[in-house]
Amino acid sequence: MIDYDKHLSKTVQNISPSGIRKFFDILDVMENVTSLTVGQPDFATPWHIREAAIDSLSAGKTYYTSNAGLAALREEIAKYQKRRFSLDYNGASEIISTVGGSEAIDLAMRALIDPGDEVIVPVPSFVCYGPIASLAGGVPVYVELEEKDNFTLTPEKLERAITPKTKLLVLPFPNNPTGSIMGRDELEKIAEVLRGRDIFVLSDEIYAELTYKDRHVSIASLEGMRERTVIASGFSKAYAMTGWRLGYTLAPKEITKQMLKIHQYAIMCSPTTSQYAGIEALKFGDEDIEYMKDEYDRRRLYIVNRLKNAGFECYEPLGAFYVFPNIGKFGLTSEEFCTRLLYEDRLAIVPGTAFGKCGEGYARISYAYSVKHIGEAIDKLAEFAQKLIREGRAK
Amino acid sequence: MDILLEMLEKDARLTPEQIAIMTKKDKGDIKAAIDAYEKDGIILGYKALVNWDKTEREYISAVIELKVTPQKERGFEKIAEKIYNYPEVRDLYLMSGAYDFQVIIEGRTLREVASFVADRLATIDGVISTATHFVLKKYKNNGCIFKTPEKDERVNTI
Repeated sequence: MIDYDKHLSKTVQNISPSGIRKFFDILDVMENVTSLTVGQPDFATPWHIREAAIDSLSAGKTYYTSNAGLAALREEIAKYQKRRFSLDYNGASEIISTVGGSEAIDLAMRALIDPGDEVIVPVPSFVCYGPIASLAGGVPVYVELEEKDNFTLTPEKLERAITPKTKLLVLPFPNNPTGSIMGRDELEKIAEVLRGRDIFVLSDEIYAELTYKDRHVSIASLEGMRERTVIASGFSKAYAMTGWRLGYTLAPKEITKQMLKIHQYAIMCSPTTSQYAGIEALKFGDEDIEYMKDEYDRRRLYIVNRLKNAGFECYEPLGAFYVFPNIGKFGLTSEEFCTRLLYEDRLAIVPGTAFGKCGEGYARISYAYSVKHIGEAIDKLAEFAQKLIREGRAK
Repeated sequence: MDILLEMLEKDARLTPEQIAIMTKKDKGDIKAAIDAYEKDGIILGYKALVNWDKTEREYISAVIELKVTPQKERGFEKIAEKIYNYPEVRDLYLMSGAYDFQVIIEGRTLREVASFVADRLATIDGVISTATHFVLKKYKNNGCIFKTPEKDERVNTI
């Protein structure tokens, strides 16, 4: 019998599985559960985009594309970024079409990190940054964001986290799970800390289209930042295209050249059918984005209002499609709260600790659901809160 | 308040309170606006879209093209009025092109529809001809695709 622990990669083995695996194990087998857990749009991909993919298949476009992706796709990505976020990237030399935003994150980490390099990861945030940094030989350094700062990264916190080994800062905004965003002024303060230092930025802008007050600002658009920034973005959230696995990197050509080597050997190219769908989305999908964003915005206002009326303290999220209510007053851990809610009222929301220890005292609620579904779910949550209050739990 | 109409057109079951929250407006103002729309005949009604094919009830609909002679002074209006007052008529449009009125009829049986066309429509003064097309299958009506809603197949991701 092989002693797998002895032989399998220590790096991989040392990556801890999600801290709340137990909760998801229960959730996955339980039936008749009302869920507010899903981290993807409830819209199907707009029909004209699906049709473009079907047409490409009908026309027999079933081959690999060039490693970086179809030239037409990269050209459209460049135009789109210019049109919607005033960013200038050269389609031919500064853009790689990737297998979702996730691969874009992986490419950036692997192209930038040498063993021992430190990667600053603000938490709570999407769970992939630390593990991917570790796989690249880096050392994740977690910086805990707080509700009092609207879950943004402050320059003071950044300064404190920087060491001579710091190589990369991850900026995960608009943020999953908090729904927080960082505006131009806040980013400028971060940029001020980074200028003159050899620290790069990985800006994960997968939710860039889903902001509800001001348009998303990329740190790459601030003075002196483009040269040190890799933007990871994609189609999943903006066009409801999660299953297509289509994303991209935007980075100076020197970085892009190195990332392309990794992409070339590990991936070859992103799915050809998805790339054709992507071209259609970029050319004719602006209205789809607006339509879905308006829908999310109404649900956002609705769910925040309902949560507040149900007695939850809730920071107003300004991006993505999540709310991150504070459940600390009920005197249960996040996991206890969510597990009881699941068992007793068959409602599923995600414990904040799924996104880092500092998510303790919070829960993530997705509003990528119909208003009817949200309303019924919050009714249940409100009843649960009342029950906890009757138990004398709420402070 | 176009947004109010758009929201209600998509989901007439939204309550004034829900709409008020979602549009950051006052509940009373939303109620008043809806009342005004109803009064002015801008909002004409709220109905469920029923797929009768999935029920036991017999059901048939037909599209009828009518050619008519417009009447002096009143043009098409008088004839239109005679047609649309029949409860069997679900939709009535004055059309450009090869015929004048498009009438959409709903009935329980083919015989019921046929006799309505023969006895009621064809006999109206000014009607020159009728052409009846029975609907074989409904795929989409009022923006709604006639199929069973799909189960939410999204997996629990974080």
